[in-house]
Amino acid sequence: MISLTLHPIDIGAAINQVITPTSGGLNVFIGTTRNHSFAREVKLLEYEAYEPMALHTIEQIEREAREKWPIYGVAIVHRLGRVPVGEASVVIAVSAAHRNEAFEACRFLIDTLKREVPIWKREHFVDGTSEWSGAKPAKKAKLS
Amino acid sequence: MKVRLKLFSVARDLAGFHELEVELEQKARASSVLDVLVQRNPHFKDWKPSLRIAVNQEYVHADHALRDGDEVAIIPPVSGG
Repeated sequence: MISLTLHPIDIGAAINQVITPTSGGLNVFIGTTRNHSFAREVKLLEYEAYEPMALHTIEQIEREAREKWPIYGVAIVHRLGRVPVGEASVVIAVSAAHRNEAFEACRFLIDTLKREVPIWKREHFVDGTSEWSGAKPAKKAKLS
Repeated sequence: MKVRLKLFSVARDLAGFHELEVELEQKARASSVLDVLVQRNPHFKDWKPSLRIAVNQEYVHADHALRDGDEVAIIPPVSGG
């Protein structure tokens, strides 16, 4: 199950999706909005996506994970729009016969999603300002 | 040829638009769209090394040959998760 949603993620549903009779365990990663970013107080995060490509890229990384590990169920749900502190922005659930595959595949999925999937977060700070997370021109980024 | 250009996140803010149809020369490469953007806003020059390009929803290299009707997206550093 792969989806992008503007609503709070139903974590229980994502977990139930991946339970299969052949599974001996499942691993879940939940990314949540943190109340600070580099010592600045964060009020909420706002996510936007290039939706068709984001879905397509998540499908590709799921396929890649399935080639690397013998996993059964995979659920990847990313929330878009405004996500207040403490709420989930991403949920990844993976089931497998044994825990190692579930742990490794889940880590691969979240790491690759963060690197490849065209989704962006805008940080809204308590002081009323906001900015795109990690968005610095290459020249300035090298100096910092 | 004409391509549909889509911009997201900081690239959209810099350009001031989300979508635009642009006319390019016949032998245009993916990087040609970045040149168009630099012409419109010189700040894009600083950003060029960190922008990726996707054509029809697949990442491509800068020298990828474009075709008429392609959907070309400018992908700033992603930050999902």
